[in-house]
Amino acid sequence: MAVTVVVMARSRNLFGVVVLGGLYSFLMATVLVAMDAVDVAMTEASVGAGISTVLFLGALYLCRSEETRPVRKPWLPLAVSMTVGVVLVYGTLGLPEFSDPQAPIHTHVVPRYLNEIKQEVDVPNVVTAVLASYRGYDTLGETTVVFTAGAGVIALLRRRRKDRAS
Amino acid sequence: MRHDLVLRVIAKLLIPFILLFALYVQFHGDFGPGGGFQAGVILAAAVIFYGLIFGLAEARKLVPEPLVESMMAIGVLIYGGVGVAGLLLGGHYLDYFVLDPNSVLGQHRGIFWVEVGVATTVSGVMLKIFYMFADRGKVDEE
Amino acid sequence: MSGTTTAMTWGGHFTYFVTVFLMIAGLFIVIARGNLIKKLVGLGIFQTSVYLLYIAPGKLVGGTAPILSDAFTVYSNPLPHVLILTAIVVGVATLALGLALVVRIREAYGCIEEDEILELDAQPGRPQREPQEQ
Repeated sequence: MAVTVVVMARSRNLFGVVVLGGLYSFLMATVLVAMDAVDVAMTEASVGAGISTVLFLGALYLCRSEETRPVRKPWLPLAVSMTVGVVLVYGTLGLPEFSDPQAPIHTHVVPRYLNEIKQEVDVPNVVTAVLASYRGYDTLGETTVVFTAGAGVIALLRRRRKDRAS
Repeated sequence: MRHDLVLRVIAKLLIPFILLFALYVQFHGDFGPGGGFQAGVILAAAVIFYGLIFGLAEARKLVPEPLVESMMAIGVLIYGGVGVAGLLLGGHYLDYFVLDPNSVLGQHRGIFWVEVGVATTVSGVMLKIFYMFADRGKVDEE
Repeated sequence: MSGTTTAMTWGGHFTYFVTVFLMIAGLFIVIARGNLIKKLVGLGIFQTSVYLLYIAPGKLVGGTAPILSDAFTVYSNPLPHVLILTAIVVGVATLALGLALVVRIREAYGCIEEDEILELDAQPGRPQREPQEQ
């Protein structure tokens, strides 16, 4: 995945960048399956590698340009990124180890979910049960966000019959 | 052309399976990975595939624009409707326990309708965005 | 891998390093490249690194996917999955809106390079090729 990302950063052919983006999404989905996140992997594969690539290709077709050569070497952004990276690595040193059962993430609300889902909801897929029932408000907000994005795209790209105004 | 023919035949073979898979992911989301979002995206992808192979006009005949726009809104309304149903039956907003005398079945019913609403909105939005992008390019070329 | 809170192993934090690498790669693409579409791709990379940041700590070695079944007792944590599922969908919604904006910018300015757009904006009295002015 690192190789894909580096090639994406350096390549100037936008079509190649978009296709590599789809490849990167599939690799990310594979990594997510390795992390036991099957729902998330399915969503990432279908949304990231499917819909995102389609939208990018559509936008590329409408824009039709290639990236021009940058006028100056990107030293400052590189330095900024590296600084941010070092700070982040320093921050993550204090986080729990990989697969540590005592980490706080496993101790507060999740045991209640895992233990009580059987008698309260009786839906084997815990992620769906939490998403739709225990945290139903968040999903309502998310659906509204998706709807708003659709409405926004309509508002931006709509055409009237006679002229090209919107 | 011969290449076109191969694509069309393959598309005609694959699209029913993709649609079936979308329905499977939707309804089997309780027992395996899946759920509303994935099903909505796969459904939209099937129609986009059809539009890419057979032409945008065919896709518009199959799923016309007013249908797509109303799908976007109806999904959110279904979701809100489930919440209001919870209110009307005496519980809180989006309370699934009161939807049925047996509270576990009430949860099942609530989750089912909520996922249907989510899938409808997601597939409608994805398809509508695709239509808008494709439409913009078509008018540009005139 | 030690379970105490004071010691730390490099191997135990490997996923965090991968996450940070992807994050700074995405950040670099967003701030260093001028092409608007490439910026959006970089933003997508940044978002996926954040997904990894949340999901990696939830995994328990020896656990399984959080689908209840009588054959397993240890499950990986389902809570980050729920949050990230929402995040992915919101991310694609943002991407669609961003791409629609890029298409409109292209129509108004004729190009999608950030430097050229800033130059065009700096020119005084430049009509943005708004269709209703024609």
